[in-house]
Amino acid sequence: MDEPIMAVEGLTVKYGSHIGCKEVCFDLYPGEVLGIVGESGSGKTTLLNALHGRLEPSHGTVKYRTRMGGMDDIHAMGEPQRRLLMRTDWAYVHQNPRDGLRMAVSAGANIGERLMGVGWRHYGRIRDNAVGWLEDVEIDTERVDDSPATFSGGMQQRLQIARNLVTNPRLVFMDEPTGGLDVSVQARLLDLIRTLVAEKGLSVVIVTHDLAVARLLSHRLMVMKSGEVVEQGLTDQILDDPQHPYSQLLVSSILQI
Amino acid sequence: MTTENDIYNFAYLDEQTKKMIRRAIFKAIAIPGYQVPFASREMPMPYGWGTGGIQVTATILCPSDRLKVIDQGSDDTTNAVSIRRFFAKTANVETTTKTEQATIIQTRHRIPETALREDQTLVYQVPIPEPLRFLEPREVETRKMHALEEYGLMHVKLYEDISRHGAIATTYAYPTQVNGRYMTDPSPIPKFDNPKMDQMPALQLFGAGREKRIYAIPPYTDVRSLDFEDHPFEVQQWESACALCGDDQSFLDEVILDDRGERMFVCSDSHHCQTRQEQGFHGSQMPENHAGGLQEKHDG
Repeated sequence: MDEPIMAVEGLTVKYGSHIGCKEVCFDLYPGEVLGIVGESGSGKTTLLNALHGRLEPSHGTVKYRTRMGGMDDIHAMGEPQRRLLMRTDWAYVHQNPRDGLRMAVSAGANIGERLMGVGWRHYGRIRDNAVGWLEDVEIDTERVDDSPATFSGGMQQRLQIARNLVTNPRLVFMDEPTGGLDVSVQARLLDLIRTLVAEKGLSVVIVTHDLAVARLLSHRLMVMKSGEVVEQGLTDQILDDPQHPYSQLLVSSILQI
Repeated sequence: MTTENDIYNFAYLDEQTKKMIRRAIFKAIAIPGYQVPFASREMPMPYGWGTGGIQVTATILCPSDRLKVIDQGSDDTTNAVSIRRFFAKTANVETTTKTEQATIIQTRHRIPETALREDQTLVYQVPIPEPLRFLEPREVETRKMHALEEYGLMHVKLYEDISRHGAIATTYAYPTQVNGRYMTDPSPIPKFDNPKMDQMPALQLFGAGREKRIYAIPPYTDVRSLDFEDHPFEVQQWESACALCGDDQSFLDEVILDDRGERMFVCSDSHHCQTRQEQGFHGSQMPENHAGGLQEKHDG
């Protein structure tokens, strides 16, 4: 598969006269992990929102290769189709797991929601599937009927990932998935994400301000500043030999122990 | 001389309001199960006492109609009595407690046991018309879910029931899908009554006053109660029969008799129970020669 799964051209989002992100272009290939790094307010999240259709771009296109094989402009397609993609072919992992989970229902119901959304109507099978996914994300299967409110932050984040991956999506958007977790929990989560990405051949767009996370997870990096992509290339290349002054600043700002 | 009938327009509401509500009702009938917004009026009673149902009844009421009002199946509880008197006063229509004689039946929480006919209309009082509300608090989002028929969330609620209680523990306001399309709240009737809604010959209208919504199920429309393949829909069952009329097919209320745990189960539909007693049926708490005894007490 040499054809890109997502092709972005000249993507610009304006908030009135203020620029959210400007003239972003990239191709994302199947199985590839693209990291978007930059400081707060540099337009990372704006870009991510425009990529999955939550924000309407001022101009530019986002094309996605559907399972039928055609490249469809996600902003030109109807909302029903986009929401269907969002429930089945795509996944979105929020920084705060509480934004992505239904806190009032059990872990099993959280995982089963997407399955029921695509027409599963057999309780036993839905539950078996949920238990299987809890195992995959290293949560004790005994806790399938517990509320996610009783889970630790790291477990909630892993549950959110399970809930999103249950319909076998092909493209995953992640917004600071490890933010707010302590380092050991973060390491375990990164390990899990890396395994899942490799096993399932997922394409991932991951937004992070943490360069260590970017180094571990992403194949390619885009560095953003003030809404513009100032540099993009292979992760190791950018982190080891940054060319743009801002990238150099970013890399030199990493704390050393 | 001014009489009460001159003070109120027929059936309390002014004609412009009735016209507006009629339009909403027509739209509701045309799209079975769809919640039509309407400009709900202030009624001379608090929200939650049936203001939606009353506005629907007031709108469809004609001088020739015969009205029955029930609350939890009973004709003689506060809510039923006050609404019946309200229409007797403002519309001067005939009222009845006999299900088969009524042309309009306004109800809270029950469907009469007697099967309804084509020439009857059942008006439900609805507190919360949106079946998805407790799962999704945003109105914009629930409307979108209805529009796109994204109803997976409703099953999440049933899933949660089974995982917590081992069975679908929702016993009232049990979610239904009307005409194979809209997810519809049957109002807080017991799920015992859900099967009666399916292919009912009578028109069913639902009014939610506080939430400002009207919806309808036209006669002979499919109404399916949601379930799972391995946990099919079931209605409540009781171990005993009605203590007064001996019926083992009707919906029973539990009545506490003393402070030592004594209790009995009686029909929640008071008219149904009385009719059976008059026909000579009797239950464990009602010896044969006392049949009809409750009726006499009321009259006295």
